[in-house]
Amino acid sequence: MALLADLPVISEPMAPVPFVVRSNRDELEDTYTLQLEPPGGSFEFLPGQFTMLYAFGIGEVPISISGDPALPGTLTQTIRGVGAVTRALRIARPGDTIGVRGPFGTAWPVDLAEGKDIVIAAGGIGLAPLRPAIYQVLAERDRFERVVILYGARNPSELLFADELQDWRGRLDADVLVTVDNAGRDWHGSVGVVTKLIRRAPFDPRNSVALVCGPQIMMRFTAQELVTRGVPHDAIHMSMERNMKCAIGFCGHCQYGAKFICRDGPVFEYPALQPYLLVKEV
Amino acid sequence: MTGLTIAERPFFEGMAPAHLDILEAVADRVSFPSGTTIFREGGEATVWYLVTDGVVTLEIDVPGRGPHILQTLHEGDVLGWSWLFPPYRWSFDAYARTDIEAIAFDAGRLRAAKQDDASLGYALMQRFAQVLVRRMQAARLQLLDIYGTPR
Repeated sequence: MALLADLPVISEPMAPVPFVVRSNRDELEDTYTLQLEPPGGSFEFLPGQFTMLYAFGIGEVPISISGDPALPGTLTQTIRGVGAVTRALRIARPGDTIGVRGPFGTAWPVDLAEGKDIVIAAGGIGLAPLRPAIYQVLAERDRFERVVILYGARNPSELLFADELQDWRGRLDADVLVTVDNAGRDWHGSVGVVTKLIRRAPFDPRNSVALVCGPQIMMRFTAQELVTRGVPHDAIHMSMERNMKCAIGFCGHCQYGAKFICRDGPVFEYPALQPYLLVKEV
Repeated sequence: MTGLTIAERPFFEGMAPAHLDILEAVADRVSFPSGTTIFREGGEATVWYLVTDGVVTLEIDVPGRGPHILQTLHEGDVLGWSWLFPPYRWSFDAYARTDIEAIAFDAGRLRAAKQDDASLGYALMQRFAQVLVRRMQAARLQLLDIYGTPR
């Protein structure tokens, strides 16, 4: 797997590059996945990085990459349609062109987990930015001790990548625990918040690296629960979401305390974020 | 885990040997086949359980919508706190989602024992208070609907 320093330098980071839409697949009622064809046939990135997607004439949004880093021939992005740009991208059809800038930002520190247990905790659409890391970890399975994937969603019909979750659960070399906040009797899995999974997940807290992504409040409580279980603060990593505009640390839109989420993040060590997580003004 | 003694269960970690003896004296190992109703809302809370194997669902029946699962309980979880407070009636329904192994504690005898020994009552309340706080925090997070579409 490449390191950040190995990736090609983007010579014109503010200039969108035209990518052709290969497919547009509905995942959930408000969530879809675009597969884009890069010009030149290759787009290298690291798990955790994001791009700026440009719906021409409407605007740009930061979107985490959700595809397999070992397959650079396709740029895969999973998007929730909540604003003008993401709703416009939703109606993109194969053959349409979308502007792409990036990849930007820091990556999940998968290598830090070598020889250790790795705990991947996702909530809601937070599974999308973690999926590239899951692909890498499962592809390089021998490098790690236990692999634990924890996922929480709103209800059973809103489980993102449900088929893949099922596939991962079927593996004998990974523990996948899924929970939902609300369910009827037709759901046979766990019900309760994702933080509750941490107490019964099979990992050695003193020899683990945790990657966490989801709504900020979910990440805050997840980090607290991981620390309670005994995971060192600096072994916990989170991906933050903010309103990124330039993506290269110039405009200040995504400033978070003394950090810029786009340039210094989106993936941070928990101790770097902890002082700000309870500060409502940032 | 199923073969562990009460003293070895994490829930009782740090309890005095004399208190553990009292708990052992009011405890029974019980099993519920999958699909069994363990208790129903409004029923008398004569017992509480420590789940040692299987999955229990805590449910409430919503008129017009049917049963709604509030929470699942797993190995190591406490099932039932209504025995602690009057009127000693269950607040929810509990079903065995899978075959269940549990330790059942006689609530009446335990209430009497902690009346006689305030330190036992304190030790139990410390543990149950943590269970209640965790469940309240979880319920608050669930109420926030944190995965819903941002508005």
